[in-house]
Amino acid sequence: MNILPEAAASPPSLTLEGVSVRYGERVAIQGANLSVASGELMALVGPSGCGKTSLLSAINRMADGLPGCRVSGSVHLDHQDAGALDRASLRRQVGMVFQQPNPFPLSVIDNLRFPLSEHGVPRRQRDALAERALRDVGLWDEVKDRLAQSALSLSGGQQQRLCIARTLVLAPRVLLLDEPCSALDPVSSRVVEELIGSLKGRYTLLMVTHNLAQARRLADTVTVCWVDGECGCVVESNTCEQVFQAPAHPITAAYCGGEVG
Amino acid sequence: MHRSDRWAAVLGLIPWLLVVAPLTMMLAALWQQGQGVLSLAFLLEDPSRAGRAGGIASLLLSTGWILAVCLAVAVPVGLGCALFLSEEVRPGSATDRRLGFALDLLAATPSVVFGLFGYQFFAITLGLGFSILSGGLALSLMVLPLMIRSAEQALRGVPLSYRRAAEALAVSRWGWVRRVLLPNAASGIAVGVILSVGRALAETAVLLFTAGYVLRRPDSVFDSGRALSVHIYDMAMNVPGGTERAAATALVLVALLVLINLLIRRLVRRPFSGVVR
Repeated sequence: MNILPEAAASPPSLTLEGVSVRYGERVAIQGANLSVASGELMALVGPSGCGKTSLLSAINRMADGLPGCRVSGSVHLDHQDAGALDRASLRRQVGMVFQQPNPFPLSVIDNLRFPLSEHGVPRRQRDALAERALRDVGLWDEVKDRLAQSALSLSGGQQQRLCIARTLVLAPRVLLLDEPCSALDPVSSRVVEELIGSLKGRYTLLMVTHNLAQARRLADTVTVCWVDGECGCVVESNTCEQVFQAPAHPITAAYCGGEVG
Repeated sequence: MHRSDRWAAVLGLIPWLLVVAPLTMMLAALWQQGQGVLSLAFLLEDPSRAGRAGGIASLLLSTGWILAVCLAVAVPVGLGCALFLSEEVRPGSATDRRLGFALDLLAATPSVVFGLFGYQFFAITLGLGFSILSGGLALSLMVLPLMIRSAEQALRGVPLSYRRAAEALAVSRWGWVRRVLLPNAASGIAVGVILSVGRALAETAVLLFTAGYVLRRPDSVFDSGRALSVHIYDMAMNVPGGTERAAATALVLVALLVLINLLIRRLVRRPFSGVVR
């Protein structure tokens, strides 16, 4: 797998069945089921501590690295069992963007060249792919004259878009976004939000957010998590209109109506 | 300014003076005693008449060799251990505690013990005799805990968010270490090297037992050679009328330390330093 495959015509659906994440004795999330259709964006909402981030890290197996963490249940990309893939090729297909922008302390361009070189992309192809990723996130015109400068000299919003570009440059098919706008100022947040909206269709997206208005603006479907006793669980998963206008579960109604949470 | 603030400012000066005053006094005393013999010739000539005449050229050479042997072992081995500790050992785990205890014990061991061991092991058992190699190797054992601890601190100080990004991108372990971890820890690692150089240059006891105190220029690392610190000790304690030259040598040693310090700091100045997240 040396040369990056062109993204397949349609991104895969993402299906989770009975996924639980435990840290030692503590259960972060119990028996979560959800399904994101090809090219759709699902927002994962719910109060802090209900296991949303744990659920995300179970999908690309970031949880594996944490001491005492155990994941059970199954994750499928279309009909492919994600558990059967080796970690590197799984993470190549399933990219992740974090809450805090975390570009590497390298130059802007090296932030993109580095993952490409790590995945064996020939040197002569790297810059073209990097440029394409930067154009994809609308950053090219802003940074094309300062590609050799430190990525840390960019503004917070630009850093977050660079991080998205760094993920996109490996041509993933699914994106996991962990509150990608919550550490940004309102203007940058708006720009990143529009960018995420523009990725729909080309990627299958699962985004954790605390911002219900944002979920409403962006998402095709919404999954509501809640804390049931000590552990998190999924209470409802439905289309965006359904969740906000005709919630099936009283907790959804109360949470999305702003009464609790 | 509040009156109490003014008092605080004055009081704050006192500890500062307590630090600076002894340093100034020490340098002034050395200068007063040693400046008479200090000259370019002092640096370029070999000593004669047991050090009462001539300069310190051969000693500078021996010191350089000893330091080179010491760092050639201590830096890579220390960095390797530090990488193992920071990458493979979970903080607070049993392994971490055990290794930490061993390191602290080593760090607290008096240098004379390293000298005795170095003599027994390197000079006698391995048959290296009184030589620059024995001296450098014994010194490297002594500075290793310092090197490991400071490098480990520097490596553990690299933000976790970088590690998570690298994991999510399925970057190889080696790629992570080479491109992100080491460059980001470089200035902290350099501090470890500087501290190690300082301790190695200042060390006398270890070298008395291992490198010996022959005055002439060493032909190879298998020859005995006298380090500056040993020379200072010998001139001051064993050679009548050697005080002047001991002081002048001490001045050179201090100047050398400052120089090496500045040099290493310059070497590790990274293009993207200053922006710390």
